[in-house]
Amino acid sequence: MTTNPDGQASNYTKTLLAGLWRENPVFRLLLGMCPTLAVTAAVKPALTMGLCVVFVLICSNIMVSLMRNLLKPHLRILMFTLTIATFVTIADLFLKAFLPAMSEKLGPYVPLIIVNCIIIARAEACASKNPILMSIIDALGMGVGFTLTLCILAGVRELIGTGKLFEIQVMPNAFVPWAALTMPVGAFLTLGFLLAFVNLISKKHS
Amino acid sequence: MDTVYILITGFLSVVLINNLVLTKFLGICPYLGVSGRIDMAFGMGLAVTFVMTLSGTLTWLIDHLVLMPLGLEVTRYVCFILVIASAVQLVEMYLRKFFPSLYDSFGIFLPLITTNCAILGLCLFLNLWGTDSLLEAVVLSAGGGIGFTIAICIMAGIRENLQMVDVPEPLQGAPITLITAGILSLAFMGFAGII
Repeated sequence: MTTNPDGQASNYTKTLLAGLWRENPVFRLLLGMCPTLAVTAAVKPALTMGLCVVFVLICSNIMVSLMRNLLKPHLRILMFTLTIATFVTIADLFLKAFLPAMSEKLGPYVPLIIVNCIIIARAEACASKNPILMSIIDALGMGVGFTLTLCILAGVRELIGTGKLFEIQVMPNAFVPWAALTMPVGAFLTLGFLLAFVNLISKKHS
Repeated sequence: MDTVYILITGFLSVVLINNLVLTKFLGICPYLGVSGRIDMAFGMGLAVTFVMTLSGTLTWLIDHLVLMPLGLEVTRYVCFILVIASAVQLVEMYLRKFFPSLYDSFGIFLPLITTNCAILGLCLFLNLWGTDSLLEAVVLSAGGGIGFTIAICIMAGIRENLQMVDVPEPLQGAPITLITAGILSLAFMGFAGII
């Protein structure tokens, strides 16, 4: 975590990149597992979910950063949660209005962004201590890292589970889809093996 | 008779077939974090069952008696999360005052429950499944909690045995837990035919 209040350009880039790999919310910090597992049966819902999280993360980080000097310690978490709930409602209504089919598919997992630990964790660890610009950059890095992770997971599951990507046939016709990967089993197994893979890579690097 | 039948099938469905952890992926964080020892897992399960029954009932009441008649469904999420947070606070204060020994054994689990997505998830699912009687809401929320307890206790049992096994290094910790959860969820899929 960078805590430099002035913040040089290099500091910003470091924060931005931290979310992508070094502090990747899913692979490294194991945060936000529920949506990670639930919406990754295909790439499209995963991407929508990721963008919703980016929106909520940026907005709530801005708000929390603005009111960081007014926060009382014992009411902190409640204030964070209420701020997040407001922005999640906005995102949910937006999805219902413009992407009704997708909203139906994601179901209760959009409102469940409220209790997504990533957002509370970022509000607590970054936005409540840093000025606005730093908070936005941190939110962007974390959000994009989360979205990318969702897309990788969803890509693997959709490709092997149905032989398609973005609902377009990719695999040759002779390929027999492993339907189990689109079911709950597939979510747990794919994430488990991906985590093991990430562990393996980071071990080799160090 | 009809109501009893609906209640029983609803209960079985939420405990086994639509198990919140293994098919809806709710409450995965405590599931991975607390399932190391079976007594801790059981304590967590009990605390979750208690708060889930309470907040499931309360949010159903608020949804049907306040929000729907007034047309304030837009504020549903904000209201639900407020209700859950205050229910947890109340339970914590009540236990500390009247059952200190129970409070000590719950320890840090109670405050953690506020951010447990299983609770909010169940409240939202009650709404989605179109639960239309108070009794049904109570039974389904208790069932959700019991389902969570069953899943986390099975997992804790398996993980206690996993400690004696030589797991490949990259798989240690979260990966092997997730893979075990996957196999468990495969087993729970077998319940799909019982209703």
